[in-house]
Amino acid sequence: MTTTISAGDSTDTRAGVGLRLGGLRRAFGSTTALDGLDLDIAPGELVALLGPSGCGKTTALRIIAGFETADTGELLMGGEDVTGLPANKRDIGMVFQSYSLFPNMTAAENVAYGLRVRKASKAERAARAAELLELVGLPGRDKHYPHQLSGGQQQRVALARALAVSPRVLLLDEPLSALDAKVRLQLREEIRRLQLELGITTVFVTHDQEEALSMADRVAVMKDGRLEQCAPPNELYERPATPFVAEFVGTMNRLPGVVREGGTVEVLGRRLPVTTGQGAHPEAGRTVDVLLRPEGLQVHTGEQDGGEHATVRVATFLGSTTRLHLTTDSGAEAKADLPSWEAGSLTPGTRCTLTAHDNPVLVEERDNPVLAEKTAS
Amino acid sequence: MAGMKAATSAATAETGATEPGTAETGATEPGTAEPARARRPRRAKRAYGGALVLFLAALYFVVPILASLWFTVDDPAKGFTLDAYAKGLTDEGMLSALGLSLRLGLATVALGLLLMVPTMVVVALRLPRLRRVVEVLCMVPLIVPPIALVAGVSTVLSWEQDLAATPFYRTFQLLQNKNFPLVLVLVYTVMSLPFLYRALDAGLRGIDLKTLVEASRSLGASRTGTLWRVVVPNLRSAVVSGAVLSLAMVLGEFTVATVLGFEPFSVWMVHVGEYEAQLSVAAAMLSLLITWGLLLLLTNLAGGRARNRRKTTA
Ligand SMILES: Nc1ncnc2c1ncn2[C@@H]1O[C@H](COP(=O)(O)OP(=O)(O)OP(=O)(O)O)[C@@H](O)[C@H]1O
Ligand SMILES: [Mg+2]
Repeated sequence: MTTTISAGDSTDTRAGVGLRLGGLRRAFGSTTALDGLDLDIAPGELVALLGPSGCGKTTALRIIAGFETADTGELLMGGEDVTGLPANKRDIGMVFQSYSLFPNMTAAENVAYGLRVRKASKAERAARAAELLELVGLPGRDKHYPHQLSGGQQQRVALARALAVSPRVLLLDEPLSALDAKVRLQLREEIRRLQLELGITTVFVTHDQEEALSMADRVAVMKDGRLEQCAPPNELYERPATPFVAEFVGTMNRLPGVVREGGTVEVLGRRLPVTTGQGAHPEAGRTVDVLLRPEGLQVHTGEQDGGEHATVRVATFLGSTTRLHLTTDSGAEAKADLPSWEAGSLTPGTRCTLTAHDNPVLVEERDNPVLAEKTAS
Repeated sequence: MAGMKAATSAATAETGATEPGTAETGATEPGTAEPARARRPRRAKRAYGGALVLFLAALYFVVPILASLWFTVDDPAKGFTLDAYAKGLTDEGMLSALGLSLRLGLATVALGLLLMVPTMVVVALRLPRLRRVVEVLCMVPLIVPPIALVAGVSTVLSWEQDLAATPFYRTFQLLQNKNFPLVLVLVYTVMSLPFLYRALDAGLRGIDLKTLVEASRSLGASRTGTLWRVVVPNLRSAVVSGAVLSLAMVLGEFTVATVLGFEPFSVWMVHVGEYEAQLSVAAAMLSLLITWGLLLLLTNLAGGRARNRRKTTA
């Protein structure tokens, strides 16, 4: 596979260019889409931009592509400042959220478009188009027009079209969001496979965290036009830098706890070490929210010591695990994931004891002081 | 389908040209025949109703044409004769008038498209807030009667003598060159704006212009390359239907040409009709054929892929 891709062109030399966004700022009237975005992307890396709607993901991607200009900040591609370079000179490949194939051209003509612009010979164009259509799993569809292809097939052709010119950077703006779940899963894996084979630097915008976590080398979580954290998926999940990231990625419980000496917090009858994350350590004695993953909780049947007593409200069977929705006697809500074989006896209404695994946790000062007093007393 | 509709409308505009007053209204008529055809297969009763409407519509269009045809080939003395046509085909005046009309039409279409396609694309992409303004501006010629328009134009042209000493004099002369009056092209271009606007607007709504342009740009194409390779081909049916309507308008236009003292086909026909009625009507018949041929040609240009595509987007 790999040999066919790089045959006869400069894929190897071009791919794997580093990308640097430095302090990008962009405002549309009174809304600030980007508020000083910093991001360094290594050559050949796939970085997913993840964040809630309106956090500036598309804007960032469009600035990289050259369709939008930043008010301030710099953009380096392979060490070269491309801030003033028009889109057609940037040597990028882009796949759009909406179907973007040229309706007047066949699949092969679409794929060969970039080469036609670059004045490649007819034979060369045809060969490259066939090669790329095969690469994205669509051999023999070269004479089909876009309207004769399914959504998934159209996005494959769009991917082939973007890759045909051996771009320095591949930009994908929610390319899978218009597709149904199964096709999405399949195409997700294929994009990643191709990206790894070609070693092409890629920025992938998505609002689907599962997509981001499963595909990316690193996931950049954005909030209000800024970068919250950029880290490999497992690190992002296990050691989120901020409460925002912690809650945005995966499911998170917020349970009341009290800060103790020595960088620990008391929660659910346990003393757990506190990770600093960003910001200062809260002083001892303060009531805080402790952030705990559902799989970081332990549930024991019956009322025991060394934990908080709770009642099972809902039990949802998810296959290998079962998710329990619990209410503690102090009134806090919690979700806990247990292996299904352990959760069999924990039917709704069951009294149980809730504790936490002994892992470092992230804490956040409570925004609501009234509530804090109530739970502390 | 759109092309055929345009062709019929053009035909009515053309036949109407013998009575200049009705020439402008022709464009709205043929729509009545359309729904009848679409509904026909439903039920027998409806089919009869549809057929009746179709028959009446056909009567409305065909009878005047047949009557005209009869008039041109029937001589009270000799019976059936093609003299009028023979005469028309060799008549210097007719050939030059027809040639002028065609050249004016093509120049108008070319200028109108050159003006409107880039403008509308830029407005759609960059200045969406100006869309309404452009729409209103382009619709103004529909509201201003041609006679008012031409009154203004001839006032301006009458300054020619005052400008005799200035470089503008040559421009004025060029504008009014009898062989190819540029002033008519300019006025006709203005008059064709509503047709072009409507057609292009519909075309632009049918495609995701922004994404297509950005895709093309990201693949390395320049702005003009993008316009030429991506935007125009995808607007082809819109461009053609706008061109067809404009061309039909120019070929049948009478008011402006006659007031400014030029003699394109429509004006020539009316003049000749005053002393040689048969020749005039024969010429109308010939022009009808020529126009139809031209429209079929243009419609075919818009055919093929464009037609395929419309099927799926509709
Ligand atoms: N062309 C524009 N004109 C005005 N405001 C804009 C424009 N583009 C983006 N914005 C605003 O900038 C902010 C960021 O938009 P952006 O499209 O980058 O968000 P996003 O993260 O891609 O969101 P989504 O997940 O919904 O696609 C939003 O508040 C949006 O309203
Ligand atoms: Mg977006």
